[in-house]
Parts: sequence; structure tokens; C-alpha cells
Amino acid sequence: MASNSEIRFLTPLSIDTGKKKKYCRFKKSGIKYIDYKDADFLTKFLNEQGKILPRRITGTSLKFQRKVSQAVKRARHIAVLPYVTDLMK
Amino acid sequence: MTCNLHAQNVFHSIEITYFCRPFWTRTKLITMRNYETVFILNPVLSDEQTKEAVSKFTAHLKSNGAEIVAEESWGLKKLAYPIQKKKSGFYFLVEFKGDANLTSGLEVLLKRDERVMRFLTVALDRDALAYAGQRREKLNAKSKEAK
Repeated sequence: MASNSEIRFLTPLSIDTGKKKKYCRFKKSGIKYIDYKDADFLTKFLNEQGKILPRRITGTSLKFQRKVSQAVKRARHIAVLPYVTDLMK
Repeated sequence: MTCNLHAQNVFHSIEITYFCRPFWTRTKLITMRNYETVFILNPVLSDEQTKEAVSKFTAHLKSNGAEIVAEESWGLKKLAYPIQKKKSGFYFLVEFKGDANLTSGLEVLLKRDERVMRFLTVALDRDALAYAGQRREKLNAKSKEAK
């Protein structure tokens, strides 16, 4: 009987320790203009309270982050997106 | 509350500072630009009243020498948050091409009208214009399929 509780494997597990590099989805897919009328698309860049997610999470480049924020703010103005909510998704 | 977001309108400032401009730009500028206006009408209005309100704004554009590129009615839509204690609104989108002085007149008209709950005018740059064209084509294809 194995007295110690440690689990041992015959073959060592391969766990990826290297981080996956984030990328800007607009640069990758060649989107040039971000539409403020398209609420479903813009919700990808919002958290549950309807706040704009930071670049460090979404991986968007600075150039497009500016455009995203502009589009989100326009969408909020015409009541396509809410300014504040709980549980948006 | 109706407020006025005037995006990227560079040419207004040029018109005002007409005499302070350097000599090489002292010719009369005719700047044709593309714009897009979304406005939300009161949902209480009847069909006829909404049509009349919409035609009022489009007629104003036409009479001031704008070329209307596209009109798009989104119909009655639920708002993301209540405006004037109303939870829905009648959305209408107009895309037009015209002089840079045109939008200020339109916005005054929209502001004064009590039927309009909210509006937004946006200047379209090159990429936005391309996108708007693509979007229109998609919508046209969809409406054809529906028929």
C-alpha cells in the first residue's frame, strides 16, 4: 500500500507553461472600421457591468482600442448599449 | 436631454477663422463630406406622425443641397436604458453627403423638435464609408431573400 498520498504518473504530464501571446483581432482579420451600431460585436469588449475592457485583457492594439472606445461611447449615447448594468451577458 | 456629439468636424473651425488663415488657403472652401445621422423618435407617435417627422428632416437636407445616400428605418427598438421615461424608440438612420455647414442646421432642427428623443451625427471617413457601403449591400441582399 502506498502510504503517501502523492499521485505518481508513469509518464510525466506535459503542461504548457509558456504563455499564449495575445494579438489584436482587428489587425489579424483586417477590420478597419468599428461600427457603433453593432451592439453584439461591441459587447465582446465590455465586461458584465458594461464597462470597456482594458487592452491588457483583450489584446487590442492601441490604435483600435481608441476606436473601440469611441464606438462604445457612441453606442451608449444612442441607447444601443447601456451606460451601467448588472449581468449584461 | 438632447446633447450633441459632433465627431471629427474639422471644417467648422476653418470657416470661423476665415480671415486668420494663411494666404494660400484663402480661397472659398467647398468641402463635401459624408455624414451619418441616427435619431430616435418618440414611440408614442403614430405611423403617420413618424413618417412626417422623418420626411421633415430628409426634406431639410435635400433643400440645403445634400445628397441623401441611404435611408434606413430600424423600426421600434428597445432602448438599453430609459430615455424620457420611455423604454423603446423609433430609430432612423440617414446617410448623406454635403457641405460641412449642413449638419449644424440639421442638429438645430433635431434639437428643437420635441418628437426627437436622441440624435447622433457622425462624419464618415474613408474606412467608415467603405463599411457603410458593405453594410448596405448586405441588408439589401437580406431583404431580397426575405421577399
